[in-house]
Amino acid sequence: MLKSRIIPCLDVKNGRVVKGINFVDLKDAGDPVEQAKIYSDGGADEICFLDITASNENRDTIYDVVEKTSKKCFVPLTVGGGVRSVEDINKLLNCGADKVSINTAAVQNPEVVVESSKKFGSQCIVVAIDAKKSGDKWETFTHGGRNNTGIDAIEFAKKMEDSGAGELLVTSMDRDGTQVGYDIELMSKISSIVNIPVIASGGVGNLDHLVDGIKLGNASAVLAASIFHYGKHSVKEAKEYLDSKGIPVRI
Amino acid sequence: MNVTIVDYNSGNISSVINSFKEVAKDKVNIEVTSDLNKIKSSDKVVLPGQGSFKSCVHALKKIDGLVDTLHEFAINNKKPLLGICVGLQMFADVGFEETETKGLAWISGKVSRIDNQNGKYKLPHIGWNQINIVKDSKIFKDIENYSHMYFVHSYEFVPEDKSVISATTDYSSNIVCSVEKENIFGTQFHPEKSDKIGLKIIDNFLNI
Repeated sequence: MLKSRIIPCLDVKNGRVVKGINFVDLKDAGDPVEQAKIYSDGGADEICFLDITASNENRDTIYDVVEKTSKKCFVPLTVGGGVRSVEDINKLLNCGADKVSINTAAVQNPEVVVESSKKFGSQCIVVAIDAKKSGDKWETFTHGGRNNTGIDAIEFAKKMEDSGAGELLVTSMDRDGTQVGYDIELMSKISSIVNIPVIASGGVGNLDHLVDGIKLGNASAVLAASIFHYGKHSVKEAKEYLDSKGIPVRI
Repeated sequence: MNVTIVDYNSGNISSVINSFKEVAKDKVNIEVTSDLNKIKSSDKVVLPGQGSFKSCVHALKKIDGLVDTLHEFAINNKKPLLGICVGLQMFADVGFEETETKGLAWISGKVSRIDNQNGKYKLPHIGWNQINIVKDSKIFKDIENYSHMYFVHSYEFVPEDKSVISATTDYSSNIVCSVEKENIFGTQFHPEKSDKIGLKIIDNFLNI
């Protein structure tokens, strides 16, 4: 039986780990290579690096981080943030990333998704959708949550599946950093409309939120940052908790 | 000992290289190349593969003499070869991803899309799944049955001769996830991404 995945995410800025609260108020907290190794040793099913300020700053540091991490961690590594072109994707994959997540570029130029999934295979193309509730729908945001495109997030999810994305990483902008739980309605809507796996993100504050993301949100994987990063819970604890709730996990 | 990871522009092979180098340490020399003479003089060959069946077969054929050299290595000289993911799938006679494409025809069979039962199961089959070992395989030495391996694929190899199957995994149906035919080994899952247990499989291959 396929197991539900737990993916700790490390927000990286200038080669250092930080975690933003609603994308601002950053705190510096560690070396990404070491952190990733701790997670993979602790049973993380995958590791995710998000280069949060990559859009506006020198991003060569992330290549170095990815290269070092991939020589120490032998679980899948996803890298996102500031990925604009097929060439950027190629460079990250060559450094040792297994998957690349694309956000702004996927909205502005969906051809990047079409072209890269053909060139490298859908298995390494993750489209990251940042969505915020507006009335009875959700709008798609770009540039790390700064720009509202007005594009319907549910329709965009379907479009990305058709363009060749292998997975969708769905983040609720309303919930990110709040620790009140995933936007379950958003997750389940997207998960039911697409046939590719959905990774739920944004808002995890406790282990029950992970359970809800899988059971109610129908996510194939759950991504979280703060609850793991500040030592509130270990990945092992999270897995044991999911297991106790009847969710199949790799232990 | 010299082990060659075949570099034929089949997509991202850095993880395969990193994992083999991690296991090999200084005991085994790992080459990453498509140089025919180096492949010929290798003791073992690893054939990775990412992307579609069609694109991998085309990439192999694009390098003059590579298919013949691999055939001579694995079929005539019977030296150990490990195919990973699409590397395994290419052992088949034919694949149906994108369009019908001929494979290497080393192990009779076809590669077809996983039946997702009308959308009941998500595709690609991504994540950790348990393997059910159905026959002794040299690469499964000291690997416990029902160990978790990392998968990412939408197509499956269906061999004609079921006796080549060394492990299956349970998704929408029983999917063939490992084969062994004499000196030819293949895994549908990614040992290079399957944590310590995956590295053990790589170690087993290096120790054959």
